[in-house]
This record gives sequence, C-alpha cells and structure tokens, in this order.
Amino acid sequence: MVGIEGSYNDKVVRQFAVMTVVWGVVGMLVGVIIAAQLYWPGLDFDVPWLSYGRLRPLHTNAVIFAFGGSALFATSLYTVQRTCHVRLLSDKLASFVFWGWQLVIVAAAITLPMGLTQGKEYAELEWPIDILITIVWVAYAVLFFGTIAKRKVKHIYVANWFYGAYIITIALLHVVNNLAMPAGWFKSYSVYSGAVDAMVQWWYGHNAVGFFLTTAFLGMMYYFVPKQAGRPIYSYRLSIVHFWALIAVYMWAGPHHLQYTALPDWAQSLGMVFSLVLLAPSWGGAINGILTLSGVWYKLRTDPILKFLVVSLSFYMMSTFEGPMMSIKTVNSLSHYTDWGIGHVHSGAIGWVAMISIGSIYAMLPRVLGLSKMYSTRLIDTHFWLHTVGVVVYIASMWIAGVTQGLMWRATDPETGTLVYSFVEALNATKPYYLFRLGGGLIVLSGMFVMGWNVFKTFRLAEASTAPLAVMPPDAADARA
Amino acid sequence: MVPGLITAILLLLFVGSCIWLWRPDNKPALDAAAQMPLEDDKEETP
Repeated sequence: MVGIEGSYNDKVVRQFAVMTVVWGVVGMLVGVIIAAQLYWPGLDFDVPWLSYGRLRPLHTNAVIFAFGGSALFATSLYTVQRTCHVRLLSDKLASFVFWGWQLVIVAAAITLPMGLTQGKEYAELEWPIDILITIVWVAYAVLFFGTIAKRKVKHIYVANWFYGAYIITIALLHVVNNLAMPAGWFKSYSVYSGAVDAMVQWWYGHNAVGFFLTTAFLGMMYYFVPKQAGRPIYSYRLSIVHFWALIAVYMWAGPHHLQYTALPDWAQSLGMVFSLVLLAPSWGGAINGILTLSGVWYKLRTDPILKFLVVSLSFYMMSTFEGPMMSIKTVNSLSHYTDWGIGHVHSGAIGWVAMISIGSIYAMLPRVLGLSKMYSTRLIDTHFWLHTVGVVVYIASMWIAGVTQGLMWRATDPETGTLVYSFVEALNATKPYYLFRLGGGLIVLSGMFVMGWNVFKTFRLAEASTAPLAVMPPDAADARA
Repeated sequence: MVPGLITAILLLLFVGSCIWLWRPDNKPALDAAAQMPLEDDKEETP
C-alpha cells in the first residue's frame, strides 16, 4: 500500500472523465433537438425556454465547456501527474476545481434557457457566472502549474506546454472579453462598443477556438497518441517548433470572423494573412502526430482507440486547411453567414475535438481504474464507426447547403442588378440538407450512448480494484532534486 | 521602420531557435524527453 503522497490523485481524473461522457450526451442531445427544430420549427411548442435562440447557446456551451472542458481537465490532470512523476499539488484544490466547474455548467444550463445572456457568442454567461469561472480557472492554474513546480524530473514534457499555454490564454481571453458593467444580478453591459466590441469579441472567439479547442487538445494528442501507439512522438523537435509557431500566430487570426464589416480593412487583411500562415504549424503538428504511427500502422486494424485518435487528426488537418481557405476574403464573401461555416465548425468540433477526446478517455479510463482495457473493445469499434459516419453525413450536408446558400444569395440579374432569389427560395433549397444534418447528429449521439454504456460497465468491472496507483520513480538521468 | 525591424528580429529569432534545436548535441536529451509518455506503461497496466 502506498501513502497519499506516493500515489496519483486519480479521483479527480475519474470524476472529470465520467462528466465528459455525461455532458457529451447532454450537449449533443441539445444539438440534435435544435437541428430538429430547424427542420420542424414547431418543435419549440411556443415555449420560450425551448426556443432555438436559447437552446443554441446551451448546446455550444455544453459541448465546448462542459464536454470539451471536462475532457481537458481530466486529461491535463492525468498527464501532468504522469509526466512530472508527482501527485497533484493539492487534493482539496482538485476537488474545488471539479465541483466549481460543475457548478458553472449547471448555472449555464439554468440561465441560458431563461434567456439570460450577454449576447456574445461563446461568452453568453452573465457576470456572476463569469466571476465564478475566473475563480475556478485560477484554482486550476495553481493546481496545474503548482504540480509542474514540484515535479521530480527536469524536463517539462511538451504536452504540458500546450496545456499550460491554454490555461494562461483562456484566463486572459475570458477576463478581457467579459469586462462589463453590471446592471443587476442578471444583466450587464460590455465596456466595449461598436467595432471595438466586435473586434474584442472575435479576438476572444477565435482564440477560444485556437487555445481551448486546439492548443489544449494538441496537448492531449502529444500524450495519448504516443501512449496508445506505444512509440515516442515522431519528432520531438518538431513538437517544440509547432508549439511556439502556433501560439505566436493564433492570436492574430480573429479578424477573419469580421470580413466585410465595419472593422478597418487592414485589420481584416491582417486576420486573413495570419490565418493563412496558421496552416503551416497546424499541419506540421498534425503530421507529427500521424507519423508517430510509422512502423505500427498495423495496430489500426485491431485498436479502435488508435483509430479515434488518428481519424481525429485527419479531421484536424481538413478543418485547418478549410479554415484558412475560408478566411480569404473572396472565399469568405461566398461562405460567410452560410451553413458552410456550420459544417466547418463541426468538422473541427465533432471530427477533431470530440474524436481526440473520446479516444483519449477510452485510453485513459482503464488506467485510472486499475484495468488493462475497457469493458468492450468491440463497442469502442462500433462507437468509432457510428461517430465517423455521423460526422461525415453532418459536414457533407452542411457544405452542400452552405455553398447553395452562398451562390443563391449572391446571384444577381445582370440586366437589372436585382437579386435573382428571395431569401425563402434559398431556405427551401437548403431545407432537405437540414434533415441529413439531423440524421448525422443522431448517429453521433447514438455513438455517445454506446460510450456511456461501455464506461458504465467498465466502472462495474473496476469496483473491486481501485487502489491508488503508485507514483512512477523518475529516470535517474532526468531526476530533479 | 520599427515594425519592420521587430518583424525581422522575430523572424531571425525563430530561424535561430530552429537551428539551435536541430543541433546534434540536443538529440539525446530530446529523445529521452520523447519517451516520457511511455515510461509508466509497465507500472500502470496490471
């Protein structure tokens, strides 16, 4: 039996891992409901709480911050302990971070359907919840960096750099974008106005994508892809260049969300250029992850977890090619405000983010439960195929719908200069694809239920063997006093 | 002028860092660092 200090704190990892699955099911279920509402608008039953405008932010907050966030807390707190050969800084702080974050999610789930919102995309939550997020986030930063500070090895593994950059940047983005003057408990006014407000919002919005949905999940990639493949990362040097290049460039890409708006033209061009530059580090990092399988590609035949991880990287490459392309002003004039954007976001969100999270949870969960594998590998494979088919159906239907919309909205009669199509004609042309999108979403959701069942059965298997795992002694050559 | 100089300095810093990183002397330490996720496999899986 090992003492507390001689073992890992896997309790908080297990808690966040379970909530990843729970919030994944909830968030995607709300997504399916609003997808159905777009095809059958009467499904809100004239109840304000069920209206699309209130449920849509609930969906985005649930999948990004509840599902994605829980996956990041779980994997970062697992990775930092294993690669630093030390227990987390404080068990109490870990517990506070878990319960604090769950409180944030529950507060979001109550206030958003009530229509309480700041009206900023991905930053809808009102000021009291924003303050709670800040407190929990600072606690998380102390926990993570405090654990790194007391590490038993000299080197800080690259995955921790990515997680660390994400923690620092999200703190900065969250505080700056949410600066507001309260006007009661449930209402506030942003300190910014006009084009400045829009710029700050999309500096936040795009870097929420860049640092929450990319940098942090790359940390996941740098730990779990080598782990699952049983081989070190293809090039550790490239991972370091990847890190610095990515964090130096991402911050400047936000204005591409505001092409052809009141934002100064130079700022729009700046956003476009930096988005194009981003292609290099994005693909460099993804190729680094994929080439890690050099020599062990055969494992893909039998290991569905590895399939999740590798296909997530394929979607990452696809969406990080598509994003820069869509930021080019001429392409943006066709794609912006259409369903192409929705397709792009979901190839990143359920292709890249969800698949790397699901693969990592499947890889990590047995290890924190003292088991050698999940309850059923066959069910993981079933989940993989359901998820992959669902994502492809979803994004393909949105691409077709988006390009159709873009072309119909811009079509003009050369003789009179008037629009060829009315808005409702474009809507009618795209409506069938909304049904396909709903189908894709349902397939992805069904996969999450399969995961839920597999996780439940794995916990049942593990009930007899949850002794804490001893901290691994560091290699003598890399040990730190 | 000043923004141009800053851009040039940052570019040189990036290129210089890459050259430093790819020095043969760094290889053993970086190879050892790359092994970190694999170190605890035997400990964790029963």
